[in-house]
Amino acid sequence: MIKIDLRLFVTLAKYLPKNSGSFEIPEQTTVEMLILDLGIPLELVKLIFVNGKRQDRNYPLKHNDRLGLFPPVGGG
Amino acid sequence: MGTSPLDGRYARNFNTLTPEEQKKLGASKVVVIGLGGLGGGVCEMLARVGVGHLSLIDGDSFEVSNLNRQLLSQEHLIGVPKAEAAKNRVAAINSEVNVTHQVAYLDESNLYEQIKDADVVMDCLDSIDTRFKLQDAAKKAVIPIVSGAIAGVTGQVTSIFPEDLGYELIYGKKSREQSKGVETRTGNIAYCAMFVAAIQSSECVKILLNRGDILHNKLLIAELWTNTFEVVALT
Repeated sequence: MIKIDLRLFVTLAKYLPKNSGSFEIPEQTTVEMLILDLGIPLELVKLIFVNGKRQDRNYPLKHNDRLGLFPPVGGG
Repeated sequence: MGTSPLDGRYARNFNTLTPEEQKKLGASKVVVIGLGGLGGGVCEMLARVGVGHLSLIDGDSFEVSNLNRQLLSQEHLIGVPKAEAAKNRVAAINSEVNVTHQVAYLDESNLYEQIKDADVVMDCLDSIDTRFKLQDAAKKAVIPIVSGAIAGVTGQVTSIFPEDLGYELIYGKKSREQSKGVETRTGNIAYCAMFVAAIQSSECVKILLNRGDILHNKLLIAELWTNTFEVVALT
């Protein structure tokens, strides 16, 4: 198992698990697998950031990664 | 030349800005598209800092539900076009600004014409698909966009140059279904709108003056419940 720091923004926040700051996941978990495991509809996630850089859903998460998931924000 | 009581208008801009930079701002033209929560703040700040030419565009009129956050909205202006209120506000703040306004919604048919002479266009829109259309027009006109977007107490700002993928990196591929974001469920809070408008105004001035660090291929994300402020790399 590895640990990541998981942040879910705006309407995704309701899917935030306990211990999200040090969340345990199996090695080789991709961002997409994690999104599905958390029960988040895939289409709600528009932006994926890992350690301050945009990544796609196939990114394999690594120990100590800081992951942020963002829905579409479009208000003015 | 005679002196005017307003000669000292920009005294407190110095020496954060140099007199040459102030002059450059005075000669700059910025188009603000969308005059709601973001656009109202942007007009206010660009007029005060001394951007000399402002073109203000929105087809909407004020409603009661705007009063919670939109700087330009006032109870007695309910029903008045936002562009008209914006023009009047800018004129009242800074009579040296050459301000034009248009009560119009922009789309593919008129976007290019409206922005083609600008140095920077400010995207203060509330529709994701219009943002994509604006990007197409700005690409054609070879003009940078400073884009802000908000939902609840979360905001984002980026500066998009003609060669950039821009919105595709933020919203995914353009799609007709994607008109609004999650702000339809969260609403928008005043201080988040003002915060994002302030960052947009700062980006605009930096681009006009070619100074400082610009959010080029970068997205500033702010989440105010948790005091999260992060600049993330889009490429």
